[in-house]
Amino acid sequence: MEKERALSELSDYVRAGCPGETVSVEIALGELAVTSTAGGIAKLLRFLRDDAACQFKLLLDITAVDWPGRSPRFDVVYHLLSVVHNQRIRVKVPVEPDTAVPSVTSVFSAAGWYERETWDMYGIMFSGHPDLRRLLTDYGFEGHPLRKDFPLTGYVEVRYDEAEKRVVYQPVKLTQEFRRFDFMSPWEGAPYILPGDEKAKAPPK
Amino acid sequence: MAETEIKNLTLNFGPQHPAAHGVLRLVLELDGEVVERADPHIGLLHRGTEKLIETKTYLQALPYFDRLDYVAPMNQEHAFCLAIEKLAGITVPRRAQFMRALWDEIGRLLSHLLNITTQAMDVGAMTPALWGFEEREKLMVFYERVSGARLHAAFYRAGGVHQDMPDGLADDIRTFCDSFLKIVDDIETVLTENRIFKQRNVDIGVVAAKDALDWGFTGVMLRGSGFAWDLRKAQPYEVYSELDFDIPVGKNGDCYDRYLCRIEEMRQSVHLVRQCLDKMPAGPVMTEDRKYAPPRRGEMKESMEALIHHFKLYTEGYHVPAGETYAAVEAPKGEFGVYLIADGTNMPYKCKIRAPGYAHLQSLDFMTRGHLLADTVAVIGSQDIVFGEIDR
Repeated sequence: MEKERALSELSDYVRAGCPGETVSVEIALGELAVTSTAGGIAKLLRFLRDDAACQFKLLLDITAVDWPGRSPRFDVVYHLLSVVHNQRIRVKVPVEPDTAVPSVTSVFSAAGWYERETWDMYGIMFSGHPDLRRLLTDYGFEGHPLRKDFPLTGYVEVRYDEAEKRVVYQPVKLTQEFRRFDFMSPWEGAPYILPGDEKAKAPPK
Repeated sequence: MAETEIKNLTLNFGPQHPAAHGVLRLVLELDGEVVERADPHIGLLHRGTEKLIETKTYLQALPYFDRLDYVAPMNQEHAFCLAIEKLAGITVPRRAQFMRALWDEIGRLLSHLLNITTQAMDVGAMTPALWGFEEREKLMVFYERVSGARLHAAFYRAGGVHQDMPDGLADDIRTFCDSFLKIVDDIETVLTENRIFKQRNVDIGVVAAKDALDWGFTGVMLRGSGFAWDLRKAQPYEVYSELDFDIPVGKNGDCYDRYLCRIEEMRQSVHLVRQCLDKMPAGPVMTEDRKYAPPRRGEMKESMEALIHHFKLYTEGYHVPAGETYAAVEAPKGEFGVYLIADGTNMPYKCKIRAPGYAHLQSLDFMTRGHLLADTVAVIGSQDIVFGEIDR
């Protein structure tokens, strides 16, 4: 109960401290999530880090979430921790794939690799990043694997070629088609019509 | 004297180097023997865990967590289970909570044993590795007895743990605790006051508390710099609030202090293991909620409903209510977090893994700049790098 109150106080405080940068706040499952804008993220994070009542000195994580049907398509998510006040906060920035998010490497040194990884995995650009290279994928990799439209198996596979005496890249060849099962129970409101159900509505002959 | 042109040397360290602790490719720019810039190239062990988890049911996704930090597998599973439990509102029986604390601490011993001894080996001491790995072997036998696997246990479940401990295991762990403290003392005799070990570690890789926070350090890397922060104390999960233990904190933030913290944490872990064994009540180790936990075999022989539950759980899996959460545990290396987004189906919509070693390795450039090449090895050793969790 006390924790909930502290969170709602904090959310009011952040909203009052950064009114232009805070779009909305939400408290769910005992966690505070603030939605911000791409333009205001650096200012908001700096406020969260330096303000005496916030002191979120630790940037734990930066990642993104892909919502293909939604506009803007991505959420860039920042997780922060205050070791002074023992609180956590999540900051979300909705962005389109073609807009760049200002890098927060000047606020937190830790942001460097997290932003590189987010660029690598989701293809979200970070403007002002000192070294925005790919991080986890192979040298010369194409595509952004964690996007929902990227296939699980990828596009290329590598193997060692005995004749050429080197590793060669070639298109993925699956011996069996990748199976994705539909687990939605037809009795619990599946979004499609079961075979045969169309007859129920048809006029009797 | 004629002017000579001095050129910086670029050195490729790894990916196959015993001191790289796995598959680290480090591009070092050297001025003589002094490191000017270190550029770690990671991802050589990238397996796409996060992508794979998005296409697996929650139960199928669990064993991937063993394969992250593979020297302390159960601690990772713990974070994932906590995230699911938070979203689904599952309560864990008390015995299972003690079991989790117990096996978390054994995981911590496993990890610290590996780290301390290999760090010692990196700076020239061979003996501790032989002693430490013998103890690790005993601990992995415990892992095998409780879960059936020495390393990739897949033992925790959302709602508890997979099964109870077999008879006699608790006594054997107690016996181990008694003999193990002697080994820790032995390791300390060889290392702590050792002249060579101190020359290689004291005042090497010094990180001030302010920088440690700026670089996102957690765990021993933060505590070694004098910042008393441990999730087990600050945001206690399971039964840690009822257990008695101390958090060792370093003073200088150098490699040597981090080593001392790890040694003391091992003693505290043994203390915790004993407490867990003493306080562990009898009872179920898995929630009785049949929408998440499978029924007992006996029930399935008699009850049609139990049979249906069993079938549904092992084909379709359980559905986790839509929502998002971040759950973290104090893994041996630091804060291991799982950011889980559920969309109400039987598979996670997104699962971001926050590995502590990732943030630590990122700071290698900052930590080794101006150090000698040989010190880079000591710094990597004290960062406790495991590539399973960094590359994911």
